Parts: sequence; C-alpha cells; structure tokens
Amino acid sequence: MKKINLNNSYKAVVIGGSAGSFQGVVKILSQLPKGFPLPIIMALHRLKHVRNGFVEALSIKSVVQVTEPHDKETIKKGSVYLAPANYHMSVELGNNFALSTEEMVNNSRPAIDITLSSCAFVYKEKLLGILLSGANKDGALGMKHIHDRGGMTIVQEPTECMIDTMPKAALAVTQIDHIMKIDEIVEVLKELDKQYR
Amino acid sequence: MLDIDIADLKRISELIFQKYNYDFRNYAMSSFKRRVLRIMELKKLSVDALLKKLTESPQFINEFLDELTVNVTEMFRDPSFWRIMREEVIPAIMLNHKQFKIWHAGCSSGEEVLSMAIMLKEMGIHHEVTVIATDLDVNILEKAKTCSYPIKNMELNEKNYIRFQGTKNFKDYYREENGQAVFNKELLSNVSFRRHDLVTGDIFNKFDLVLCRNVMIYFNQALQNEVLKKFHESLFKYGYLAIGSKESLIWCDYANRFIVVNNEEKIYKKIKD
Repeated sequence: MKKINLNNSYKAVVIGGSAGSFQGVVKILSQLPKGFPLPIIMALHRLKHVRNGFVEALSIKSVVQVTEPHDKETIKKGSVYLAPANYHMSVELGNNFALSTEEMVNNSRPAIDITLSSCAFVYKEKLLGILLSGANKDGALGMKHIHDRGGMTIVQEPTECMIDTMPKAALAVTQIDHIMKIDEIVEVLKELDKQYR
Repeated sequence: MLDIDIADLKRISELIFQKYNYDFRNYAMSSFKRRVLRIMELKKLSVDALLKKLTESPQFINEFLDELTVNVTEMFRDPSFWRIMREEVIPAIMLNHKQFKIWHAGCSSGEEVLSMAIMLKEMGIHHEVTVIATDLDVNILEKAKTCSYPIKNMELNEKNYIRFQGTKNFKDYYREENGQAVFNKELLSNVSFRRHDLVTGDIFNKFDLVLCRNVMIYFNQALQNEVLKKFHESLFKYGYLAIGSKESLIWCDYANRFIVVNNEEKIYKKIKD
C-alpha cells in the first residue's frame, strides 16, 4: 500500500459516488473492520422516486447495517449512513443530520457536493473524503471544500472506474491527496481503524 | 469562492428579526447558510452589502424571503403517502364528521394543496372540506393562487399521479397556455390562502388534519419542538398530523401526545390534549 499518514483524530469518513460506484461501495462496506470507530456518511446518486430498496441492497454484504437518517438524527460512531432518495443530506454543527428538499444541485438530489461541503465545514481537518466512480462533476466542489478545510481527499483510480468523469473533475479543481483503487481504500480504512485501537 | 461565517449568518437573522419580525434565528444552520449564499450569489452582494440592503430597503425583504424559503415541491410527492390519505386517513376522519377542515402549513407554491383538491374531488367530498393553506412568503402565495405551473413539471407530476392511482387522466385537469399548465381554479374553491408564519404566528383555528411535510426540516430541534406544540393545539383531539417521510418527532416534548398511524408515511394522530 502507498504510504499514507493517518492518526486517531479523524471524526468522520464521507463517501460520494454515482454511476459505477455501487460495486465499490459494497466492497468497502463488506470489508470494513468490525467496530469501525467513525461514522461513514454516504451520498450516492440514486433514483429520485424510489424510496425503498437501495439501502437494503447496500446492507446485504455490509458489516454494518446501512441506514437512511431522519432529519436531525444524531450521528453515531461506527454507523453507516446513506442520503435518502429525493433529499439533500447535510451535517449540522451539533453532530446531527439535516435533510433538505432544496433545488437539485448538479442535476442531483441528493447532491454529493452538499453532503461533502457540509462535512468539510463541520469536521474540518478531521475528515476523510472519498469520491468514487461517476458520470458527472458532482462532488468535485465538495472535495475542494474538504481539501481547503484541511481534510484528507481520496479519489478512486480513474482507470478502475466504470465512468471516470467524477474523480477526474475533482482532480481538475483541487489537490487530491491520494488516487487509489477500491482495495487500497479498504486498506486505508483498516489502517485508520488500527489508529483507534 | 463565496463564503459566510456563522457570526455573519447570526447578524443577518438578528437584523431580520429586529426589523421585520421574521424569525430565522432557529433555522437549521446548514440550509440557512446555503440559502443566504444563494441570495448573495444571485443578487451579487457581499455580506456587508446584503446587511446594508436589508437595513435600508424595506421592500427588499419580500424578495429576500422569496429566495430564502425553499419552494421546491411536486404534486403527489410520495404517491404512497397519498394512497394512505385516500384509503385510510380521510375515511377515518369521515367516520366522525362529514365535514372537516385541513391546514396545509407551509404550502409554498401550492402543489400539495392542489393534489389534495384533486384527491378530494375524486373521492366526491371536495365540497365537504374546508382548506386553509398558509406560508410566510406572500409572493409564493400569489403564485399558488394562480393554479398554474410550468408545463415541464407535468411529466413528474403525472408520474406521481399515476403511481397514486388517481381515477382520471391527469392531463384532463389542466390546459396548456404559454408554456404553463393551467388548472381549473374551481379546484381551489374551498381553499383560503393566508400569510402565516409558523415561528411567530398564533394559533388561528382547529383542524382535523394538518399537513406540514418537509417544512420543519429547515428548523433546528428547539424550533421543531415549539412548532409541534402549535400543531398539537391546532388539532382537534384524534386529529391527524402528516410530516415528511424522513422527518421525526420522537425527540419533541409533545411526541407522547400523538400515536403513529403510519410510520413509513409519517402520519400521526393526536390522542391527548
């Protein structure tokens, strides 16, 4: 694995993904160390008007049950959250989620930029941001916010992506700390987990 | 890149409260921040310029409110919710009274009000129901009254209507005029639109059903708690409250005065005064 500096000050991991990211997310969640110490907050593009099924599909192989938070739900360590259909999902300063039905951003609701940017604002340098495969530029600006606030940024290796528009867009607008394959991202999370033991 | 810190957001909400008596001080910070940034971007204003404009041009406040409030909605949003309304909630209300009252709190551009009107028509009880629809934004209320929406929204609205399993052809409800879908105003004949602010406004009537879906998500928990008390007081005993599918009121003081009627669709019933 590439040398990467980790410590135990991180407060959250945020993951964005769109077309072609499902398999990658499933792989990450299925190999997550038991008792992973941080919340994992995911904004994945999905069908706007299908409320059910996605979270169940993600949970099948996941070590931790994936949940779609309610508005103002408290964020818990070790939980895995997915932005619900047709809502934007933000993190609030009081360590809870806030949902919204504002205009679509980058033609998306949930928009990855909104989730990533709000995480960047709340967690600052204590955030690990991961952007996976996708067919538009949503998430690029959010990754920039994470970088600008001192968080660590990782994008999926474009050659491994089914559609590389999304990680490439992020690479074009900000400094990305690591370009990695899914297997390497899994290793980073395992390594991160060890920092808290 | 445009940004604004919390201190400035607080200055803005404080100014609006002192000068205009609109209280955004307990709005959820993440969305309030995005809305204010959006206005700054649209109107090409810095924080200081925005504060100056709010201080010096009282007529700007309506424009500001219009952009600040979220007016994104659709007809028959969550079709499964509307099916439960038609098949369970409305029939349950009618067991007790033939005539009843509905409040759409935070009705925005009126898509939900119109959906309700269509549903009540199809149920043959439109004339038995009195509807009050409120919003704090006067501009959006005027828009709601026109009963017309961009034709491009109709594809989604029709999809929702079909999944709601309405009994008619959705297209029969409107005619196309200059890119607008114009609905028959008669649908809103039992509706009165009023300006009302959930945060600062008083209790003004009693209802059998209150719909406030995806409005309280813009409030922080303290304010949600206060607004739920107002809904509680505005409901008859055994009246119903509907909130958005991803909202919850379990942390509110008055939560135990309601029971869950349908957890998936977030429909509650007041059981205690």
